[in-house]
Amino acid sequence: MPGKYIGRNYTPPDLVAKVTGRAKYAEDFRAEGMLFTKLLLSPMPHARVRSIDASAALAMPGVRAILTADDLPDLGGQERALTNEPRYAGEPILAVAAVDELTAAEAVERIQVGFEPLPFVTNALDTLRPDGPNPRLDGNAWGPPPPPREGAPPALPPFETVKWTTEDFAEEAQGRLPMGRPLEEWAYGDLEAGFAAAALVLDETFVVQSTGHHPMETRSAMAYWRNGKLYLHGSTQSVAQTRGNIARWVGIDPEDVILICEYTGGGFGSKGGGAVSMSIPALLSRKANAPVMMRITREDESYIGRARTNMTGRVKIGFAKDGRITALDFFIVQDTGAYGPLADHRSAGNAASLIYQPPAMRWRAVNVATNTPPRSQQRSPGPMQANGIIEPVITKAARQLGLDQVAIRRINAPEGKAPFGPVLPSGERNHVTSAFVKAALDRGAMLFNWEERKARAGKRQGTTIRGVGVTVGPHGAGSIGWDSIMTLRPDGRLYVQSGVGNLGTHSMVDLARVAAEVLDMPWEKVEVIWGDTGKHLPWTCPSVGSQTTHGMTRANHAGAMDARRKLQEIAARDLGGSPGDYTVGGERVFRRDNPSRGMSYVQAARRAIELGGRYDGHELPKDINPMTRASATALAGLGLMGVAKDTYGRDGVTYSFVIGFAEVEVDIETGAVRVVDFLGVGDVGTVVNPRSLLAQIKGGACLGIAHALFQKSVVEPRYGVSLTDRFHYSKPLTILDVPVAMQADALDLPDPETPVGARGVGEPPVGAAYGAVMSAIADAVGEDVFRRAPVTADIILMSLEHGRRMHEPLRMHV
Amino acid sequence: MAVIRDVMPAFELFQPTSVEDAQAVLNRYGADAWVLAGGLDSLDWLKDRIKRPQAVVDLGAIAALKGIRPWQGGLEIGAMTTLTEVVRHPVVREEYSILLEAAEAAASPQIRNQGTIGGNVSQDTRCWYYRAGWPCYRAGGNICYADTPEAINREHAILGADRCVAVNPSDTAPALVALDAQMVIRAADGGERVVAAEDYFVGPDINITRMTILEPGDILTAIRLPRTWAGAQFYFEKIRDRQVWDFALVSVASAMVLNGSMIERIRLAVNGVAARPLRLRAVEALVAGRPRNEATAVVAANLAIEGAQPLRFNAYKVPLMRNLVKRAIRGVEAATWTS
Repeated sequence: MPGKYIGRNYTPPDLVAKVTGRAKYAEDFRAEGMLFTKLLLSPMPHARVRSIDASAALAMPGVRAILTADDLPDLGGQERALTNEPRYAGEPILAVAAVDELTAAEAVERIQVGFEPLPFVTNALDTLRPDGPNPRLDGNAWGPPPPPREGAPPALPPFETVKWTTEDFAEEAQGRLPMGRPLEEWAYGDLEAGFAAAALVLDETFVVQSTGHHPMETRSAMAYWRNGKLYLHGSTQSVAQTRGNIARWVGIDPEDVILICEYTGGGFGSKGGGAVSMSIPALLSRKANAPVMMRITREDESYIGRARTNMTGRVKIGFAKDGRITALDFFIVQDTGAYGPLADHRSAGNAASLIYQPPAMRWRAVNVATNTPPRSQQRSPGPMQANGIIEPVITKAARQLGLDQVAIRRINAPEGKAPFGPVLPSGERNHVTSAFVKAALDRGAMLFNWEERKARAGKRQGTTIRGVGVTVGPHGAGSIGWDSIMTLRPDGRLYVQSGVGNLGTHSMVDLARVAAEVLDMPWEKVEVIWGDTGKHLPWTCPSVGSQTTHGMTRANHAGAMDARRKLQEIAARDLGGSPGDYTVGGERVFRRDNPSRGMSYVQAARRAIELGGRYDGHELPKDINPMTRASATALAGLGLMGVAKDTYGRDGVTYSFVIGFAEVEVDIETGAVRVVDFLGVGDVGTVVNPRSLLAQIKGGACLGIAHALFQKSVVEPRYGVSLTDRFHYSKPLTILDVPVAMQADALDLPDPETPVGARGVGEPPVGAAYGAVMSAIADAVGEDVFRRAPVTADIILMSLEHGRRMHEPLRMHV
Repeated sequence: MAVIRDVMPAFELFQPTSVEDAQAVLNRYGADAWVLAGGLDSLDWLKDRIKRPQAVVDLGAIAALKGIRPWQGGLEIGAMTTLTEVVRHPVVREEYSILLEAAEAAASPQIRNQGTIGGNVSQDTRCWYYRAGWPCYRAGGNICYADTPEAINREHAILGADRCVAVNPSDTAPALVALDAQMVIRAADGGERVVAAEDYFVGPDINITRMTILEPGDILTAIRLPRTWAGAQFYFEKIRDRQVWDFALVSVASAMVLNGSMIERIRLAVNGVAARPLRLRAVEALVAGRPRNEATAVVAANLAIEGAQPLRFNAYKVPLMRNLVKRAIRGVEAATWTS
């Protein structure tokens, strides 16, 4: 629904504060009598805390309280902020509150913790060996999730012990992923027939690395209590959805939590629903009876700040002569870290079945725990890893079949309501709401001058060779069923309540553009209320999984339509006729056949308050969430209220796609890779906010480029501790690492299954760039030069030097 | 006792305005004093509470240590001159562009604004075992964690290792070696000595706990660039994972004077392969008097890597060093030659 606001750039209301430094992030807040806390971290990857002697610390002047795992509520076996059985080196054992950080740190140094070392494992394959150590006392792998029960939250999968046989490991010596008993599996179609009919069958193993999320803002938090309520300044991607988590972690009711987070310095999935560490200042503040600030250092963040699940994948793919895939067999060993379980492996299987549309496919996986820092969803969890594992194989097939790289992706690309994933209990497979991938591939090939760049690829110039690559990056891109609240008030302004976190995407504001569009409200008269659960926010989707733009434009469309109907009803009531005789525009509601007969929004807002009932929020829809109900009740009487749950239909599961095109230059004497150019083309539905959308495509691509070229996590195998405990070791990308002229574009074709037409965009560019850059490297120097990421200079140089791969074939966390 | 990192402990901070005053403080505190230049190396150590000096002497207020001055037809660069100032200096640009390239390859623009040339050459190694505070040889212990069968040692040494396999991280160091730079050191007793850049750095065979010859109380005051190589043909290249804010995997620096197509004289240094930047004297001797061509480049490169002993994850440094030496002999203009 492009119009006055949808599809137009605007200046977001948080911009000036951000660029002038006035924006306050969690650690910028201060409270009277505030203490500071520092954490004592486990030096061992797996141990049992036998004793804690804090007497010397507590005797220090200025030390006020110590919080240990014994002070934390039980979370049913799930990860807590402090532990007595650390499962990774760097896991917090206790926290000390003192008058300043220096004192707190010195107090930590005076505490003696008696650890009993326990067996540990850092490499997921090692725990699967017949005599391999287990990362936990109760097993080593997560089993399949139990079937969902109506009305109940998803239950945790069982934690099991799985060991493979020596025979299962026979192929390891050849660098191929052993494939023992999987714990999860699905299949459809006739796999054997598909391979039998193939003109080419490839079977390759690939190691996708783990990468720390490392947002610029660490998970610092400050907490204090007032009249039995917890006030917490924290950093989260999702304001409305974090309140309940904090309540659970602290052991209080959600109504007693006021979370303030107006600005979030990045999350990339690591702060999806806040961070369990938020409970430390909260509980320490209660214990010390004073506000407590917890400033998380970069080192702390490298341990507790989450990381992507690394995956070693093996894929066997059959191709017909024309490049069409005939069968795809996918096996994943996923390292889900010390806690989990993550479901990246399942998303990877779904993504593979979606973007390559194999007529027959099998997916098998084992989801292994290790004594490495905890994982969480990282921007495109699963599909990105699938892109990494499979794209170099597609590139290799294209070469062997003499096909163009774009053509082989195009012939396999999903189109329209394309099916994906396993056969469901209903007997059907899922399908997407829409896909225009072929159009996006065509548009990208044109914009990127694909043919011209392809013609110069593979030719040596001095010591360099260029290569081109293309990848379809998919990701789930929208949920449904969320709520919205907005009030049109007698001051002539529209107040839109936004429970979305402000992590830089502007989706927290974009949702109000929809309300402005539906109500034809001048943008300068729209106030977005965000960043504080004390400000009466509606039930809002978590800002993860690229779902916000889709989910919340729908909800706010529903809320704005509710307000619009109420305007029409009030006009009809006062001015005669039926509501359908009226329309809105120019801050008025007026008769279609006689525009002079109507009333202004200001008059209508006053009238709504006089009428009360459903018009001003005193009566509310039955189907809204209790959180929305409480917020709307608090706002009742302020004006004409639009309040609704999104009940629009949807046929299919919402997915977005970004096609990445990359050109690289590889120096064969040094192995150094330079990304010459990159283009991302989005099939992401209607464009709501062009500037922000293109920034998302480029920004997501930056993450993928970093993963392809240098970003990594390294764990010392003998001692089980992380070596990449600072920025410059883990090597996230900097702005000077990407081509200045990086481009982005979007088809701007509406998704037919949502009223605004918009789908999410945050995640698909990551896998698109990861796959495209690696495919381009393969195109330049050969598909067999590397089988792991990041593809660093040493890998390329050694392969070229020796004429075969020399890197460690299967080891993780190198 | 528990370990905590990334929190700066308290110390006495001195900000003297003269070298004499600085040395007075250093003499007073002896081994408990720490010299602070730009802070990019120091603050890591201090924040991690691994180096625990009582007194930190910040050289930032000593005007005499800053700036770039003419010196005997060449240049004298105060040790506290920032890398950005080095990069922007017109004479550096015109006569010693290899130093410009090397300084500009260091870290990031922000770090170059803060980091000094004296600090860049004097910084400690970045071996991640050592920097994490593990009790290794270099830290006074009796093991090298980076040189074990399972160690992750992709960034470590292939030459000159002696128990410790750490490498020198400096970008400007090999350029200064190639320029025959002179390091001006003021000793604790006020005496001044001048040493060749090549001799400023020490390997673990000489002193396993230090990267330079600086003794406690010594201050590097200036770096002098003689005319010897001004305007020569230069080559600098640094290979790194990330184009910004990253240390060299291997770097090479050379200064060459040609007579027609013959190499009349050359200085050649590499870094990232040993605990000190290595001047490749044998290669220099081999190529002097030879034509500058691919054949010379190849023999030079093969000689350069003689004796290299890679570890589990750093064997790539052997061909990388070889190829960088080859490229240094070829020079920029010959980059289109193919081997």
